[in-house]
Amino acid sequence: MSQFAQEGLADWAAPILAGAVTTLQIAFAAYAIGLLLGLVGAASRLSPWAPLRALATSYSTAVRAVPELLLIILLYYGGSQALTALMNALGVAGKVEISGFVTAVGVLAFVQGAYMTEVFRGAILAIPKGQLEAADAYGFSPMARFRYITLPGMLPNALPGMSNLWLILIKDTALISVIGFSELFFTVQQAAASSRAYFLFYSVAGLLYLLMTLTSSAAFSRLERYVRRGEPDISAQEA
Amino acid sequence: MDFSWLSDPYYQESLWTGLINTLVLLVVSAVLGFTLAVGMAMARIKGPRPLAWLASGVSIVMRGTPLLVQLFFFYYGIGRLLEGIPGIRESMFWGILRDPFFYATLTFTLSVGAYTGEVLRGALLSVPPGEREAGRAFGMGPFQVFTRLWLPRAIQLCLPTLTGEMILLLKSVPLVSTIAMMDLLQVANIIRDENFLTYEPLLFIGAIYLVLTILLTLCLRQVELNFPGVRAQARSGGWLSRLRQPRPA
Repeated sequence: MSQFAQEGLADWAAPILAGAVTTLQIAFAAYAIGLLLGLVGAASRLSPWAPLRALATSYSTAVRAVPELLLIILLYYGGSQALTALMNALGVAGKVEISGFVTAVGVLAFVQGAYMTEVFRGAILAIPKGQLEAADAYGFSPMARFRYITLPGMLPNALPGMSNLWLILIKDTALISVIGFSELFFTVQQAAASSRAYFLFYSVAGLLYLLMTLTSSAAFSRLERYVRRGEPDISAQEA
Repeated sequence: MDFSWLSDPYYQESLWTGLINTLVLLVVSAVLGFTLAVGMAMARIKGPRPLAWLASGVSIVMRGTPLLVQLFFFYYGIGRLLEGIPGIRESMFWGILRDPFFYATLTFTLSVGAYTGEVLRGALLSVPPGEREAGRAFGMGPFQVFTRLWLPRAIQLCLPTLTGEMILLLKSVPLVSTIAMMDLLQVANIIRDENFLTYEPLLFIGAIYLVLTILLTLCLRQVELNFPGVRAQARSGGWLSRLRQPRPA
């Protein structure tokens, strides 16, 4: 046996936890941007102006029809080249270097936005039309109508989809390891390769992701109870 | 943009291999995964308690962790453990146990079993008990009631979600390139390395996936239209509506 002490979980605990924090940061940032993209996308898909509608529809359809991993690799390599070309065309010389964190967030948010577009579109369409007409009849401005009618009206319908997407996002952050950015799973891969304790470290990775997804589902079901306050309780009748 | 590599017969052959591997993995894990899903759903509804707990546990873990981590866990984690068993290298199973295809199929089967099992469980529970009792009254045994009545009715109830799962499975296949399986993405990566190209091969297989997704969507829609009793459901919404199914958590 080797005379050196085997590297163990204790040596890697700190880097792995730091990786988990990075993963959560990526996920939160990508989710926030994805929410905005989704709102803009849904508004565009429901817009009366046809070119805008076509643009948003092709965005959400194409992104949802291509595998996430492929998109992430494609946007990572293609994205920086495209940005360099764009900057050069604008007269800025040199190569554009984007940090790994920004790329990770950007790519995941771009994918999330497409799915979020569909969730919001469905949720907005589910609001009874009379409520929106009533807001117009009372002279609400478009902003006020969005703030007081559309948003609270669509949230209960959108929340299950939003919760799904958040769970998918946490799991998709692992794909970022493929392009070599040091988040949770990339750190775990390094730990496993250097200690040769593959089984141990991949189990730890699984447990950490499980912890994140289970905590999130619990939080989302509380949130759903909150946005559905005042609605008749259908679960009581079902039982 | 440089697509000259497309005329190279060697790359053409590799791309065909990649496409076939992708489709074989899709079909094999869909069939095995659905079988497992039926088992897992029934284990949780009617199974003895330990079996029900096992099925719930597997379902929670497989749905709560990234597929990529699962692939690494089975291929590197379990794979290395198996390597350490004395005598296994000489056994007849070693050829299979070394093959990434085996681990990819295993992981995808468990994953499909977990996600689809959850959908199927809900659907099985929504079939009115009176229909099963009617089957019994007609003299069917419990097994016949299950195969002729309960399961077909449940599938009828959740068919759009099931076909949505198939699309999600197709889009998960590129993950196996990380465990050195020759799928389309792995072939694209090899072409990129050998020709110093960054994104042209990726764009090409992106287009292949777009076409595959659309073809699969159209095929699954035919299945839905021809499944008795689902016609009305499938008619509502455009044919692209199947893409809009986010994975149920």
